[in-house]
Amino acid sequence: MNSHDPFTLALSLILSGDPGLFGIIQLSLQVSLSAVFVASLIGLPLGAAIALFRFPGRGLVITLLNALMGLPPVVAGLLVYLSLSRAGPLGQFGLLFTPTAMVIAQTLLVLPIIAALTRQAIEDLWEEYREQLQSMGSGRVRAIPTLLWDARITLTTAVLAGFGRASAEVGAVLIVGGNIEGVTRVMTTAIALETSKGDLALALALGLVLLTLVAAVNATAYLLGQMSRSRMQ
Amino acid sequence: MMSVAMSRCIFLAKWAVLSALLLAAAGPLAAGTPFIVLASTTSTEQSGLFQHIVPQFTARTGIDVRVVAVGTGQAFAIGRRGDADALLVHHPAGEEQFVAEGYGSERRDVMYNDFVLIGPRADPAGVTQADSIQEALVRIAESNSAFTSRGDDSGTHRKERELWGTARIEPSGRWYRQLGSGMGATLNTAAAMDAYVLADRGTWLSFRNRQELVIVFEGDGPLFNPYGSIPVNPERFNWVKADLTRQWHDWLSAPEGQAAIAEYRIDGEPVFFPVRTSAAGRVE
Repeated sequence: MNSHDPFTLALSLILSGDPGLFGIIQLSLQVSLSAVFVASLIGLPLGAAIALFRFPGRGLVITLLNALMGLPPVVAGLLVYLSLSRAGPLGQFGLLFTPTAMVIAQTLLVLPIIAALTRQAIEDLWEEYREQLQSMGSGRVRAIPTLLWDARITLTTAVLAGFGRASAEVGAVLIVGGNIEGVTRVMTTAIALETSKGDLALALALGLVLLTLVAAVNATAYLLGQMSRSRMQ
Repeated sequence: MMSVAMSRCIFLAKWAVLSALLLAAAGPLAAGTPFIVLASTTSTEQSGLFQHIVPQFTARTGIDVRVVAVGTGQAFAIGRRGDADALLVHHPAGEEQFVAEGYGSERRDVMYNDFVLIGPRADPAGVTQADSIQEALVRIAESNSAFTSRGDDSGTHRKERELWGTARIEPSGRWYRQLGSGMGATLNTAAAMDAYVLADRGTWLSFRNRQELVIVFEGDGPLFNPYGSIPVNPERFNWVKADLTRQWHDWLSAPEGQAAIAEYRIDGEPVFFPVRTSAAGRVE
């Protein structure tokens, strides 16, 4: 790799088929997509429930959820580290410095984004369709899947925002994963490592590879959205 | 017309397939190779030493070594919580304390290299004329030349504070910049602001963004940089893999491990010197 042009370097990295790089790419996708998946399973119904139900302290919950969208990754990482550490409450599972720990940390980061954006989308939709749904005899609980389904295009954006957060962060996975080569090294921690080695061209090239990867995931989501839209018509 | 229920089923099926794929892909990661977790310093990791010696150890014993590279201070913190099986760090006083407090079972000298004072080629403080590291630091302080400090309680940062102490200087003022960063990040910053910086030789040799930076002072006794291996005490933390860790600890100071350390070169230069003179082929 004599080239110092990051674009050429990025291209040659991808074309070289280096198994180390592909392992890192695979792990990045695995960790971030798993985190987004778990966060969606919890966040979508949670956000919808907060939108539909009235309970004491609801304003506080919504404010907290919105605030947690700004949770610093390092803080999330530290919380998960202290919980999973051998000296911590979940220490007996020995999860620290494993990909599972990284999924947990990123889930913590992604969940507030998905839940908060879902809450907003469903609340707007509920205002619109409330009478219609209630005249059909739908209770609030029964309305949740219907509303989630109707809002699916907006919610895809919420989920993608969560994926963006997960794939971009370095602070949490660095603390709970430890950036172990071949075990917990992902794209962002590899970029941080190359930067600290002073190999800025390689770091930037890895950054370009990551951007391409994130763009590909977003493009896939967009195409799926287009397909389901055309099927409805 | 496709019913709503049916399209919902397809939607759920998509998610199910996706999650199954993710879980299946996660499979190989849980492979059954025995391993230990080693908390070590960024200086050893970034120099590429582990990529050279760990495969040799693994080939011999079948044990993988998972290296978590952090500052020495953080490595001690990880060890104190029992989150690593062994440490390989460079701060002898801290290492002895770690063992004395019962967190480590013993400390053994494994290898050494030295710290070097890095600075801009133009050398505004005239450090190259200094006769000792203390005099070099005095020249930097008196000329108010920019100095970037790790400021992160790493082994290098602890050494730097010791050196300022022996030079009887309490560094402060706009010229002294505490970065709170790793060695590489600190070197990047020093390169950008033409500052002086204390670095370990391993990181310096592997550092690629030097710009105007060169070694301006080296070779003084106080710059000695010994690395010690410490198994985390299994009597204190019963989950520590004592047997596997013992093999690693012994291999490091055995002729084979010492030779592996001695062989490692960056651009033809040795980076770490083993403590066993026979392996190093030199007399101490």
